[in-house]
Amino acid sequence: MALLDNEPTAASGVSRRTFLAGTAASGLVIAVALPVGLPRQARAQQVGTATTPNAFVRIAPDNTVTVLIKHLDKGQGIATGLASLVAEELDADPAAIRTEFAPANAALYGNAYFGGFQGTGQSTSMRDSFDKMRTAGAAARAMLVSAAALRWGVPAEEVSVHLGVVSHTGSGQSADFGDLALAAAALPIPEDVLLKAPGDWTIIGKAFPRVDSAAKSDGTAIFGLDARTPDTIVAVLKRPDRFGAVVGSFDAARAKEVPGVIDVISIGLGVAVLARDTWAAIKGREVLDVTWDGSQAETRGSDQMMADLKALADAPGLIAAQNGDVEVAFGDAAQILEADYELPYLAHAPMEPLNVIVDWQGDRCRITGGCQAQSSDQLTAAAILELPPENVEIVTTWAGGSFGRRATPGSNLVAEAVLIAKATNAARPIQLMWTREDDIKGGFYRPMFYHRLRASLAPDGLVKGWRHTLAGQSINIGTPIEGFLVKDGVDAMSVEGAADMPYAFANRLTEVHNAPTAVPALWWRSVGHTHTAFAIESFVDELAQAAGADPLDYRRGLLANHPRHLGVLNLAAEKAGWGTPMPNGQGRGIAVHESFGTWVANVIEVDLSQRDLRVLRVVCAADCGTVVNPDNVVAQFEGGIGFGLGAALQNKIVLEEGRVQQANFDDYLPLRMSQMPKVEVHLIDSAEPPGGVGEPPVPCVAPAIANAIVAAGGKRVRKLPFIDEVLF
Amino acid sequence: MATMTTTNLNINGTDRAVETEHDPDDLPLLWALRDNLGMTGTKYGCGAALCGACTVHVDGAPVRACVTPISAVVGTRITTIEGLDDPVGKAIQNAWRELDVAQCGYCQSGQIMTAVALLAAVPTPTDADIDLAMDGIVCRCATYVRIRAAIHRAAETLKG
Repeated sequence: MALLDNEPTAASGVSRRTFLAGTAASGLVIAVALPVGLPRQARAQQVGTATTPNAFVRIAPDNTVTVLIKHLDKGQGIATGLASLVAEELDADPAAIRTEFAPANAALYGNAYFGGFQGTGQSTSMRDSFDKMRTAGAAARAMLVSAAALRWGVPAEEVSVHLGVVSHTGSGQSADFGDLALAAAALPIPEDVLLKAPGDWTIIGKAFPRVDSAAKSDGTAIFGLDARTPDTIVAVLKRPDRFGAVVGSFDAARAKEVPGVIDVISIGLGVAVLARDTWAAIKGREVLDVTWDGSQAETRGSDQMMADLKALADAPGLIAAQNGDVEVAFGDAAQILEADYELPYLAHAPMEPLNVIVDWQGDRCRITGGCQAQSSDQLTAAAILELPPENVEIVTTWAGGSFGRRATPGSNLVAEAVLIAKATNAARPIQLMWTREDDIKGGFYRPMFYHRLRASLAPDGLVKGWRHTLAGQSINIGTPIEGFLVKDGVDAMSVEGAADMPYAFANRLTEVHNAPTAVPALWWRSVGHTHTAFAIESFVDELAQAAGADPLDYRRGLLANHPRHLGVLNLAAEKAGWGTPMPNGQGRGIAVHESFGTWVANVIEVDLSQRDLRVLRVVCAADCGTVVNPDNVVAQFEGGIGFGLGAALQNKIVLEEGRVQQANFDDYLPLRMSQMPKVEVHLIDSAEPPGGVGEPPVPCVAPAIANAIVAAGGKRVRKLPFIDEVLF
Repeated sequence: MATMTTTNLNINGTDRAVETEHDPDDLPLLWALRDNLGMTGTKYGCGAALCGACTVHVDGAPVRACVTPISAVVGTRITTIEGLDDPVGKAIQNAWRELDVAQCGYCQSGQIMTAVALLAAVPTPTDADIDLAMDGIVCRCATYVRIRAAIHRAAETLKG
């Protein structure tokens, strides 16, 4: 949350930006160097990158406009988003736009929300890029216009640009971008550029087709797993069966008998089987015998771990937020309501399992794959190989989903692969591949969480005091980014959505207990909001019920001073027909939540009449500020709702004696076509800055279903997933 | 080194020789396509016929390449996403592009191969037909709303 909700430290005025241009052989290159909260030293270094051929925009003599994408596109559509921003300000022909993933270069491509580190997450990509990429496009346009004006001897103000053609009406002259690219690159960079007024936008807020739809429909899109060269060695790693265990000893004899297996080596964390192809690596690992040292391993089961969280919640926790005097408010309450909510570990299970290629050639190393945290990946590889970071090249490919999984605070995937490369000292590239079983069993889960909510009520039913106790594992304590995200022991990602909840009560305490374990935890699409929204939006419904109030009216009353919450709440209710009768056994539930700068409300309709839970319809209203690409925002909400729905309905990672019980898609059940409800997405018209759209679709789904189950005549479900719970 | 064997397969209308040191009764078609022949459009998702990302056509029927040994498809016509060029295939791919179905896109080869087989068998599928045919193909981005819409659109297009 600290990284995410704080405004970026960038100077926002366009005039303070520095423009860099270089004359690459290919034509005009525009970089926008931004003092985005980087240390002064880093800013100074930007001058040194002025002639790098990779910046933000490249215009080639063949008229193609290449937009450099500083983020990982794992399906959220950021490549399309950034391309559309440049195309808008450049007045380019959308058909001439190409995209290319940028190399690792924090000075040029750092994310202001991540303290200047290059990376993708927290739904920050568009928020970080909205000004940068428009400015880059506008600068390139201004230079093309100047070059044309000089060539034709006409005033620049009289030169216009339309769909990639620069023209001067008075003289009848025109030229395309390619004709002007080299001349433009030789011109001074404009110190100020004027961005279009929103009323002049022809692309932003309108339509811009995805740049990757064709390649993702004919099999030509190259994902990390496809990026291997024929000489690449395939590695799979046998990892311990319990988190925290390490290699004791191993016997490689049988594995080495498998045709195609080249070598078997230990990197301490596990034992790697290296092979000429994937099948050999997989078969070799099946017969590899490893004895684990489990002395530091987690040996508890999920039930015990949840019991331990409950016990923690009995004591006072670390204070995340408070106001008034909660002790007094509970001391003289007319009535106290209490409810607890339990959430399991969850795996991300992106369709493309983790993989990365390491090509280490002595003084240089190239890392290829779906790199989500380029700066961290680069620094991690450099540290292990004892190389200067600039000698580590990062080649980012399309990624087959992530949902948070491809970025870990310690760049663990890259570390594993680089350790294998270092241990083998191979002259050939090595691709470390995770199988699906590795993925499901491999940790870095959404942490298990326990929430206890208590409200003290006055005789009139109004809430006097609110006490919210969370117990769960911190994602960031003990990692390299602890300093950014943990203050006084409170991990912002544990309490986001709770510490900053919009419901204002006169006496309120939000407290958290950190529960350490060797099970690695990670941000999972919408992070802390995945559990805080479930607990809070369920409990608010319980309060409404206790007060005999309609859940929508009850929320409206509490959110009177929160116009953006009210906006989505009212829109979703209106579109869903809130209050209109439903058949017996069916019900509507509502939930509202802000995350990542975007406000969302869901009204969800469920059917219990067949004695099981069917989700019929999801009506979603979202306020994500300025909408850059409406169709992609709608797509993110459709998919994000499905992602949240699958987890809420039927996903949990369970440990028994420390061992993960799930392994593949037969016991960690992904949502399937027949389970996908009707989804209707309605966007609020807004001129506010863009909010995130990758993660905000998720948090409201589970609580709206829980609330709908009650409305349909079922029991209050306070534990996920729904599939395990008794509904009647 | 183990003995190399050669298995001849007909893929996308072309005879291809798969030379491998693995037992042809064991080596999955998926890895022969990807590792031996460099055809990376067919994807690995689960290795256990649970997600359908590896779906190809064998004599026109959708088959999970991750659990199909290469010896089992000798003498058949194998079609992968790279070889999809019949009218149904084109209609499906065009609908996928027009509706911007793909998000991460990793499962879409399997979705498209399965959808093509559906439309080839059932030219005007109902939603229930789509559920039945497509339920085996997992999309973690949950692009199901658009997959359904694109199948309907392709069916419309093919009706002319």
